[in-house]
Amino acid sequence: MPLLDVQDLSVVFKRRGEQPFAAVDGVSFSVEAGQTVGLVGESGCGKSVTSLAIMGLLPKRGNSVSGQVLFDGLDLLGLSDNEMRDRRGRDIGMIFQDPLSSLNPVVPIGVQVAEVLQRHQGQDRRESTRNARELLDAVGIPDPDRRLKEYPHQISGGMRQRALIAMALACKPRLLIADEPTTALDVTIQAQILTLLKELVNGTGSALIMITHDLGVVAGLCDTVNVLYAGKVVETTERHRLFAAPRHPYTNGLMNSIPRLDLPRGTPLTPIRGSVNDNIPWREGCAFAPRCDNVLDVCLEGTPPLVDDGYAALRCNNPVSHAQEVAS
Amino acid sequence: MTARALVEVRDLKVHFPIKSGVLFDRTVGYVYAVDGVSLSIPKGGTYGLVGESGCGKSTLGRGLLRLTEPTDGEIIFDGQDIRALSGEAMRRQRRRMQMVFQDPLSSLDPRQSVESLLVEGLKAHGLAKDKAATSRRLREVLDSVGLPASALRKYPHEFSGGQRQRIGIARALILGPELIVADEPVSALDVSIQAQVVNLLEDLQSSLELTYLVIAHDLAVVRHIADTVGVMYLGVLAEEAGADELYAEPLHPYTKALMSAVPVPNPTVEDRRERILLAGDLPSPANPPGGCRFHTRCPWAQPTRCRDERPALREVRPGHRVACHWAEEIAEGRIRPHEVEAELVHPETGPAELPDELTPQAIL
Repeated sequence: MPLLDVQDLSVVFKRRGEQPFAAVDGVSFSVEAGQTVGLVGESGCGKSVTSLAIMGLLPKRGNSVSGQVLFDGLDLLGLSDNEMRDRRGRDIGMIFQDPLSSLNPVVPIGVQVAEVLQRHQGQDRRESTRNARELLDAVGIPDPDRRLKEYPHQISGGMRQRALIAMALACKPRLLIADEPTTALDVTIQAQILTLLKELVNGTGSALIMITHDLGVVAGLCDTVNVLYAGKVVETTERHRLFAAPRHPYTNGLMNSIPRLDLPRGTPLTPIRGSVNDNIPWREGCAFAPRCDNVLDVCLEGTPPLVDDGYAALRCNNPVSHAQEVAS
Repeated sequence: MTARALVEVRDLKVHFPIKSGVLFDRTVGYVYAVDGVSLSIPKGGTYGLVGESGCGKSTLGRGLLRLTEPTDGEIIFDGQDIRALSGEAMRRQRRRMQMVFQDPLSSLDPRQSVESLLVEGLKAHGLAKDKAATSRRLREVLDSVGLPASALRKYPHEFSGGQRQRIGIARALILGPELIVADEPVSALDVSIQAQVVNLLEDLQSSLELTYLVIAHDLAVVRHIADTVGVMYLGVLAEEAGADELYAEPLHPYTKALMSAVPVPNPTVEDRRERILLAGDLPSPANPPGGCRFHTRCPWAQPTRCRDERPALREVRPGHRVACHWAEEIAEGRIRPHEVEAELVHPETGPAELPDELTPQAIL
């Protein structure tokens, strides 16, 4: 049984006087213990809303969440607020994009890390502070004794992100959700944080859901990659396969539109035309159809199904063929 | 490289005073945002400036246009030192140098229609006298950035991010500039849109013979677009070379670390590559380390020279300038990297006291 099994998750936002909007539209994926799963897509594809729905962090009003989020066989969506609060931070940890706005500016770092231990493991102040110090040390914060007493504004962005990771790891969660954890950071600091995350997954055997728009980060970190477009998974496969032969026209378009350091300079970029504003609703066809070069008539006749052919799961009527790459 | 330089910057410095005090504005120190940078951009060329946040690359771009007044140095634009120009003369020169900003939503006035945004520049330079000609010019510029003429009556919020950046580019182009300073032109855009804007910038360069200074933190984008790339660290140029040369063989330890940190969308490459992880964070530009500015984090730092002698940017190979005392030795593998202890860096105060002894177990 997978550690986390997300089945047909949908999040529909409703506003008075407007059409309901499905930010997440029937997303299914699963995460095994010790595995790193990537959710990839551009802004508005629903990747962050998916993570918030799993964590039960969406506002109570204005939206409806349906489907199942089975954690160890138990549906998290059915839990009460109190039960969920017990699990959050203990079984599932989360790392957000912007560490400055996720940390309390008027509470020292040490207190914020220790608080997690006091809340979930019933440790007293002395014990939790000692453990907090160890956690800061473990995530590579120099001079942790001094850092414990400092406030978030006194430390750099990379250190804040480390402190946030320390908080997320405090109770040794079995699942860690990282939502764009390195997007706000410089590349050298990003490399430090990614290395740290990789070591943690390998060292503790916890699972990681990595949410990012950066294909480079995915290539180095994730075992399985789910590519999201307009709230639906359009391609799911193992990372080597995905990067060797991206078969959904959207995935393929993404790969062709990024300048890459591993290709000769002067390789032309082929952008995807239009923007997400050109999408059509899924019920009328493939949302990507207006931007797609491979579009067929059938693409405008209802949602294409997600079909798993053993190599990849693909939601496309006319995938890109990579005859040579696949054969080799 | 043989073309005449359109812009030449000599030993440019931009220092910001740090003020303190209740009754008197005492200057208690300076932020050395740009501290002696020299570079030149040939006519029709593209110079890419990379570096991490806080390295002074944006300040350099603004200083070059005198949007932020430089503290010292010379800016030779088309044979003329524009730092010597007074207000009105400078204003007339501004026609020839324009800027494209990072975030098109905050750099475009939400209450101005696209037409008014574009005409503003023409009016400021007294070029909007003939109505028919103005309207022709507007259409021409919009067409060149790939927007329909109907865009003129719309407002910035009615466009997507990529289209907004096109408006920002159109605004820079309307006066027919020769130099465009683009500060992070694509970093606010989605990946699939980035390529559209990068291609647009390249097409415009060849059709309008523009000269670019492109400032970005994304090394892959800069390699794609620039002929010459300069790497900045704490207000100074660490290395400068042709794009192919720099990426194929970076010589400065900082450039090496930067290159090795960029994630590549290729799992096979990612699985094999070795990262040079830098210890700690960027020291504060208000209190930069003495000697080589990178020595506090440098895995190749040596006990001599690095700490007390500021390395000059010297030409190690033709067209390849490096500010490192030991560039040749490192390239030949005679100096090996060693562990560096991460040290404390405070955003306001800079690094804590330096350890008395750096302990490199290196050298041959």
